[in-house]
Amino acid sequence: MSQSTQLTDTGQLKHFLSIDGLSKALLTEILDTAESFIEVGERKIRKVPLLRGKTVVNLFFEASTRTRSTFELAAKRLSADVLNLNISTSATSKGESLSDTLLNLEAMASDMFIVRHSQSGAPHFIAESVTPGVGIINAGDGWHAHPTQAMLDMLTIRQNKGTFDGLRVAIIGDIMHSRVARSQIQALNTLGASEVRIIAPSTLLPPEVESLGVNVYHQLHSGLNDIDVVIMLRLQRERMQGALLPSEQEYFQQYGLTQEALANAKPDAIVMHPGPINRGVEIESAVADGTQSVILDQVTNGIAVRMAVMSMAMSGQTQERNALTQGA
Amino acid sequence: MSIEILNGHFLNESGAWKAFKRIEIHNDLIAHIDPSSAKTCQHSIDATGLYLSPSLTDLNVALCEPGYAAKGSIYTETHAAAAAGVTTVCCTPETDPVNDSEAVCSFIERAIQQAGTIEVLPLGALTQGLEGERLAEYAELKKAGCVALSSGMTPFKNLSTAKRCFDYAKTFDMSVFIHPMEPSLYEGSAHSGRISTKTGLKGISHLAESIATAQLIMLARESGVHLHLAQLSCKESVALVKRAKDEGANITADVAVANLLYTHEKIVSYNSLYHCLPPLRSETDRLALIEGLRNGVIDAITSAHRPHEAAAKKAPFAQTAPGMSTIEHLIPAARQLQAQGELALNDFLKAMTQGPAKVLNRKATSIVEGNAANLCLFNPDQTYKVSAHTMLSEGKNSPLLGQEIKGKVVSTIYKGRLVYQTRD
Repeated sequence: MSQSTQLTDTGQLKHFLSIDGLSKALLTEILDTAESFIEVGERKIRKVPLLRGKTVVNLFFEASTRTRSTFELAAKRLSADVLNLNISTSATSKGESLSDTLLNLEAMASDMFIVRHSQSGAPHFIAESVTPGVGIINAGDGWHAHPTQAMLDMLTIRQNKGTFDGLRVAIIGDIMHSRVARSQIQALNTLGASEVRIIAPSTLLPPEVESLGVNVYHQLHSGLNDIDVVIMLRLQRERMQGALLPSEQEYFQQYGLTQEALANAKPDAIVMHPGPINRGVEIESAVADGTQSVILDQVTNGIAVRMAVMSMAMSGQTQERNALTQGA
Repeated sequence: MSIEILNGHFLNESGAWKAFKRIEIHNDLIAHIDPSSAKTCQHSIDATGLYLSPSLTDLNVALCEPGYAAKGSIYTETHAAAAAGVTTVCCTPETDPVNDSEAVCSFIERAIQQAGTIEVLPLGALTQGLEGERLAEYAELKKAGCVALSSGMTPFKNLSTAKRCFDYAKTFDMSVFIHPMEPSLYEGSAHSGRISTKTGLKGISHLAESIATAQLIMLARESGVHLHLAQLSCKESVALVKRAKDEGANITADVAVANLLYTHEKIVSYNSLYHCLPPLRSETDRLALIEGLRNGVIDAITSAHRPHEAAAKKAPFAQTAPGMSTIEHLIPAARQLQAQGELALNDFLKAMTQGPAKVLNRKATSIVEGNAANLCLFNPDQTYKVSAHTMLSEGKNSPLLGQEIKGKVVSTIYKGRLVYQTRD
């Protein structure tokens, strides 16, 4: 779907809205580029000049600390000027429409918007409304997609497992409301994982979920059999108070990742979590802090992956702009 | 006014297309079909290659007045209807203020008189302010000209309200037009299924409609009111209506043209022009709706015309206003369904002539000497590109913009008057 929206005519990334429609080669390029940026974070001077003179606007219509700050750090390491806008408390609460907010920001000569929005499809809408030359990076939209989170997870998996071939991955928790899970599933299937399982009660699954390319399990123990990678999802507290689940206790008993449950997976299985963690609700502390956990690697990789997609999309935009001026 | 139409084909009473040399319209009547001697007429229309059908009746049109001037007006939208071969429309009570009183209805009646194009039959609100709670003044609304009562796109707060509305409507022998909605399930902006899961849009399950369909049918049968189910969108509702009709219930049903043409696949890239309510559903649902029309379970096709200003569609998908500007592309829709081998042209026309007449408990007009001259003359093969300029509706929110479509209305005649004539 977003293939035509997010790629240039020559197949380069110009926006990063969704994993859907991106090729294995392109996803691998993102991972390789990110890998090269990890080294930047280890230098004394942690900067490269790729985005010097460019203005990146963090446009967060929904509260976020971690994602926003890793995007900010990533942009700064690329030498961009960064503007942070917390829109949920400014313009839109005064009744300004999203289109008008965008027009105003464009007038400030921004080059890239990092967008988080509670509405699925909002970054697509923005990408289609902005003037050509402005790149849009999706930092999470509604229940739809969180592609940079998925890619940092892929980087973490590749670092630990070397390859996606033959991997069996289990995603556990609230799939229905999870933009992270949707993007992870698409990325894993595109990169060639041999099986993606989801493990959850029916109240946390979206309709016709198998169409995403997953096998569904309702039991944690059987679902973890033969698994190489375990991805836990965060469960939001308000969903556990009787509406979709009867209680935190029952959820933890059935789906909480304990050491005992993890023993069903392969002995070298890794455990991931996009954070923030609810200890004792979806994951036992002993597992979260245990030897199989790679949760903190994910955070480090987040900056590198965001540097990668920002620099790639900016280069796609520049290329397209040059093509336009040459054409004219 | 007198008009002669020459050398076309007309749809006769038995539903066959018959060649004619000359049809004469004098005053407001079809005076002669192929008369032995011709009388001079003021207007002459060459109908070579054209088809003449009784004009269309559309049971579900938003005329946007009073209250939504940015979207359209009675003047603009009735002229758009005339350009589509439609000479009777029922206008929804979803105005601002809601058409729930004699005062609002009279205001609408005056605007209709001033527009002076086609016949407009207002639908009164079933509940005060369309809030789904308190009865509106049905007797007053009937006196003011409302032909039936409608709940618009608002569900009843509870079944006891629905029951009281039905009983009270029955008292005044008025029909109730209802889009079935179970409020606790009717939340979202897409059909609940593969596409809602992929896009992360909140899905509306078919149960939100079909459960309400079952409940409303039972309530209507108990009270004896004529229930017209509007904008059915899923196969389960069609099955329920079929069963009730087989058992002799006093029920009719319609489907919006968008649900016949499109499925939820159209929203995979968040194109808000396809944001409709009820949502565009699966291919199985679409085919069940078409089958329902073919076997008479569904009586009528409506445009469910919802004009919107451009800004109403410029937002993230779920925050855009639902509905399409559809009324001007009914004949092209008929031609498309015909080309797809899904619905015969005559079945489409029947669902916009005889079908709505049955719903409104009127006699259907047919092309017979002595009948009212309410006619739609169209070129089934003319292709043209849709643009904002070709559309008379104030609402340009059509997904057909920029597309080449086939089938064009050439002239529309209402009560012997030429209310629309194409310029090319």
